[in-house]
Amino acid sequence: MAIHPPEKRIWWNEPLEKSEITWITIAFIWGLVMFFTMVFWHFTGEQNLSNEAYRIHPETFAERTEAMVDQYTVREEGETGLPVVRPPPGSDVYMLARLWEWWPILELEEGKDYRLHLSSMDWQHGFSLQPENINIQIHPGYELVLTLTPEGVGEYGVVCNEYCGIGHHQMVGKIHVVAAE
Amino acid sequence: MASIAHTGSLPRAAEFRTCPDTGLRVDLAAEKLIRWNAVVAVVFLAIGGLFGLLVALTRWPAVHLLPAEWFYLALTAHGADVLLFWVIFFEIAILYFASAILLNCRLATPRMAWLGFWLMLAGALLANVAVLQGESSVMFTSYVPMQAAPHFYLGLILFAVGALVAVAVFFGTLVIAKDEGTYEGSVPLVTFGAIAAAVIAVFTITSGAIILIPTFLWSIGLISHIDPVMYKVVWWGMGHSSQQINVSAHVAVWYAIAAMVLGAKPLSEKVSRFAFLMYILFLQIAAAHHLLVEPGISSEWKIFNTSYALYLAVLGSLIHGLSVPGAIEAAQRRRGYTKGVFEWLRKAPWGNPAFSGMFLSLVMFGFLGGISGVVLGSEQINLLMHNTMYVPGHFHGTVVAGTTLAFMAITYLVVPLIFRREIMFKKLAQWQPYVFGLGVGGISLFMMGAGTLGVSRRHWDITFADAPVAFDYPGTAFLMMGLNGVFGVLSALGGLMYIVVVVSSVFFGERRTEEKAKAEPLLPQGGAEAVASYGSEGTLKLPGTITLVAIFFVAFVLYYFVNWKFLSEVWPLS
Repeated sequence: MAIHPPEKRIWWNEPLEKSEITWITIAFIWGLVMFFTMVFWHFTGEQNLSNEAYRIHPETFAERTEAMVDQYTVREEGETGLPVVRPPPGSDVYMLARLWEWWPILELEEGKDYRLHLSSMDWQHGFSLQPENINIQIHPGYELVLTLTPEGVGEYGVVCNEYCGIGHHQMVGKIHVVAAE
Repeated sequence: MASIAHTGSLPRAAEFRTCPDTGLRVDLAAEKLIRWNAVVAVVFLAIGGLFGLLVALTRWPAVHLLPAEWFYLALTAHGADVLLFWVIFFEIAILYFASAILLNCRLATPRMAWLGFWLMLAGALLANVAVLQGESSVMFTSYVPMQAAPHFYLGLILFAVGALVAVAVFFGTLVIAKDEGTYEGSVPLVTFGAIAAAVIAVFTITSGAIILIPTFLWSIGLISHIDPVMYKVVWWGMGHSSQQINVSAHVAVWYAIAAMVLGAKPLSEKVSRFAFLMYILFLQIAAAHHLLVEPGISSEWKIFNTSYALYLAVLGSLIHGLSVPGAIEAAQRRRGYTKGVFEWLRKAPWGNPAFSGMFLSLVMFGFLGGISGVVLGSEQINLLMHNTMYVPGHFHGTVVAGTTLAFMAITYLVVPLIFRREIMFKKLAQWQPYVFGLGVGGISLFMMGAGTLGVSRRHWDITFADAPVAFDYPGTAFLMMGLNGVFGVLSALGGLMYIVVVVSSVFFGERRTEEKAKAEPLLPQGGAEAVASYGSEGTLKLPGTITLVAIFFVAFVLYYFVNWKFLSEVWPLS
C-alpha cells in the first residue's frame, strides 16, 4: 500500500512488468515524435514565428512608424481619425501598440510578403489577429520583425489579448487585405 | 544527527496518539499544523472561488455582471487566492502529513512550522488587501512595466518565505525520521511524491524570490528598470513550475486515496518512483510555455524547454496515467471484481466522495488538462492559442479539475482521520465531486472552445462596444462564453457544497472517538494485510486499464495532429 514503506529496501532493482514497459516505450517514442514535429515544422511548415528581434527605444520605433505613415497613408478609417496605410508589397511595415490602440491601420495586398515590425510604446500588449487567430506577444523595448503573407481578401481585427489596464478591452486595430494589383 | 533538526538542544519531547484506523503514531503538533494549514487553505478557496464566480458571471455575455474596474480586480484576486494561497496552504498540510504522519515521526521544529504558517498567512492577507484597495489590478502575473502597489509584491514575498520555511520543516522531518529509524527501507510512495513536490517547491519559490524582490524594490523606486522579457522568464520559473508542485502533490494524493480506500498497491514501486523522478528532473523548465511567442528568445531554446527536454516530464505523467488506474484495477480484481473488462470500474466505490473525486480528477487531468497542455505547449501551435481563452481552459483542466478536485477528495479522509470528526451531510458530500467535476469539466472545455475561436482571455468586453474600431467575434464564441458561465455557476455550486460539508463537519461533526473508529473502520477490511505486502500485484492482467489508456492515447494523437492541421491553414509567417 502506497502510504506504507516498501519492505524491500532497493526499489530500483524491481523487475519491470511487460504492460508497463510497453507503455513506457510507446510514451517515450511519442514524446520523440512530438519533439521532432516542432523541429520538422521549422523546415517544412509555413507558420513559424520569426527569431528576428532587436532592442529598440520606443521613441525610435515611433519615429519609424510615423515616417511610414507620412509616406503611405491613403485615407482615414471611417470616422475614427486613424490613418489607413498602404505600403508597397515587400516593404517594411510598422504597427505600434500603445494604451489603448494599434497604430496605424494597415492595408495589405493578398498573397504578397511584408516585413512586419511590432513593438510597444508602454506596457506589454498582445497582437491577436482575428479571425485568423494568430497571437504574438508585444514587449516595450523589443522590436519583433516577421514576414507575413496575408491570405483572403477582407477585414481583419487586431485585438489586444495581453491585459494592459482599464482600457484594455477598447484596444482594437485593423488590417485590410485587398486583392493584389 | 538529531542536533541537525533541533539547533543543538535536546530533541523535542513530542506527544503522540495512536491512530485507531491506521495504527500510525500521530504527532499532535504535526496534527495541529495540518489542521490549521488545511482550514486556512479552505478559507482561501472560498474567497478565491467567490471571485471566480464573479469573473465567470462577467464573462457570460448575457449577464456581464461587474463593471470593468471590478472585473480586473476580481480576476487578479481570483488568481492569487486559488492558484497560490489555496493550493500551497493545502500542499503544506500534505507535506506535514506525508512526512510526520506517514513516517511515524515527530515533526521537526513545530515552532518554525508555525513561523512559516504565520508568514504565509500575513503575506496572503497583505496581497489581498493590496488587490482590494484597487491599485494592484495587475493580474496574478503582474507583468512589468505595469506596476502594482509595493505591498502587493511584499505580500507575495512574505508568503513565499513562509512556504520555504514550511518546506524546510518537511525536509528536517525526513532527516529526523531517518535518524530515529521511525520507518524501514525506502519511504512510502506517497512520501516520495511529496518529496518530489517539495524539491520542485524549493526551485519555484527561489525563482519567485529572485524576481519579486527586485520588482518590489522597483515599485518603491530603488531600481529604475526591470526588463519585461527577463521578468517573464524568471517569473514563470515560479508561475509554471509551481503548477508542477501541484501535479506532484496531487499524483501523490491519487496514490494515497487509492491505497486508503481500496488498499491498492502501486503496480511497480520502481516505475512510479521513476515517474516522480522525471518530474523533479524536467518539469521545472516549463517557464518556456509562456514564452513561445515572445520576441528575443530563440526557437532552439523554446523547443527544448517547452518539451521538458524531449517530453521526459510528460513521460512521467503518462506513466502515472497507467499506473494509477492500473493499481486500482489490480486492487479491485484482487477483491473479486474480475468479470469482463470493466467490472472493477463499475463496482468501484462511486458513492465514496474520496474515491469518486480522485477518479474524476485523474480522468479530467489526463483528457482535459494533460492533452491540451502538450498541444498548447507546442512551439508553433502556441501561435493559435497564446493568451486566448484556451489558456485558462487548459489550466482549469489541470489545476482545478486535477489538483483542486484531488485535494477536495482527500479532505473526505482528512476530516475523519486528522480532525477526528464524522463527515456531516453525507448525501451532499457524495454528490459534491460530481457537481464540481461536471462544472469544472464544462468550464475547461468551453473555455478551450472559445479560445479556438480566438476569444481573448482577461478581457472585460468581447463585444468591443466602447472601442473606436469595430470587431466581431463569431456567434459561436459568444455561445461558448455563455456555456462557460453556466458551468461556472455549476462549479461554484460544487465548491459551495464542499465548503458547507467541510466547515460543518470540522466544527460541528460528531467526534470520532477511538471506540467509534473501531466500530466503524474508515479504511477497508483487509487493508492491513494489503499494507504489509510490497511490490507488484503478481500477474498483471489489466485489460480495463489498457483499454482506457489506449482510448486516451488515440484521443491524444488525433487531437495533436488536428491542431497542426489548423495551424497549416493560417497566414504564412516566418
